Amino acid sequence: MNNFLNWPTILPEYLNSILQNSLLVLVLICVAAIIFSKDLLISTILLSVFSLLMALIYLMLDAPDVAITEAAVGACISTIILLIALTYTKKTEYYAKFSLKGFIVVFSIGIALIYALYDIPEYGNINNPIHTHVTPHYIQKSGHEIGINAIAASILASYRGYDTLGETSVILTAALAVIIMLTNNKEKKK
Amino acid sequence: MNNDIVLKVTAKIITPFIIIYAFYIQFHGESSPGGGFQAGAILASAFILHTIIFNINYTLKVLSMRFLKITASIGVLTYVFVGIIPVLYGGNFLDYSYLNSNKLLGQKIGIMVIELGVGITVFSVIMIIFFSFIMRKTNV
Repeated sequence: MNNFLNWPTILPEYLNSILQNSLLVLVLICVAAIIFSKDLLISTILLSVFSLLMALIYLMLDAPDVAITEAAVGACISTIILLIALTYTKKTEYYAKFSLKGFIVVFSIGIALIYALYDIPEYGNINNPIHTHVTPHYIQKSGHEIGINAIAASILASYRGYDTLGETSVILTAALAVIIMLTNNKEKKK
Repeated sequence: MNNDIVLKVTAKIITPFIIIYAFYIQFHGESSPGGGFQAGAILASAFILHTIIFNINYTLKVLSMRFLKITASIGVLTYVFVGIIPVLYGGNFLDYSYLNSNKLLGQKIGIMVIELGVGITVFSVIMIIFFSFIMRKTNV
């Protein structure tokens, strides 16, 4: 694309890391606020903010497809559906009593997850499993085999066509489930 | 909504732009980020905005539940039929190279059509879920 305003297309490295880290801190603050707020309306709005921040982070990690999805589905549609669901329930959260068993289970799972974090490959390392398996094939040969510019689209639609077919039918199944659950009552009353 | 004129005018102006952006994401998906899923979600958000600002009865005149149920199935059926056509020409299921004598053009056509199917399904499903929630509230 013609960059006629002469803007830097890639941010300098230090600015990029500062932006990314501040976004991650904002995500942490947002999640803490979601957990500790008693009003469910505030939690829902903060969930939308969380999705928007995650979309920005995905965009900075060079994943614009995921960013568009997160902004449209996470920040817009799921927020609206949760808001409609809120009109059927009370606006404040129900607080369960503190239980020691539950605390032990949650705490040990948290410790296990933090322990598992050390086995995750270093971010951006070229020897990671994800960069050595099929990704080089897609990057080097999808231009000759599929002939379209967007590698993500060619993987999604052509190389992994079966998966996308399954995904689409899962979405249709979700609609069928919602129709069965939510619109059956109305016909009975008539 | 309580007859808020600012909201109504803004919604009327902004809805066509959201729809055009959704079509751009849909049909430009093979050379820029985007695709069927994203386009369907964005197109649905335009109609959701219309429903929230105006009344659901106005939106139901354009998109009835019956129509949405049919289009949701048509999307998946489009995908499956595009997958079956190569089988008739001696290829594998979903091998778009057999759609045209030029393999790359065949791939392009196949990807374009199945993305359209995915977009139609995602749009219809989101609208069905949204309308089901709202209609439960207004009718009960």
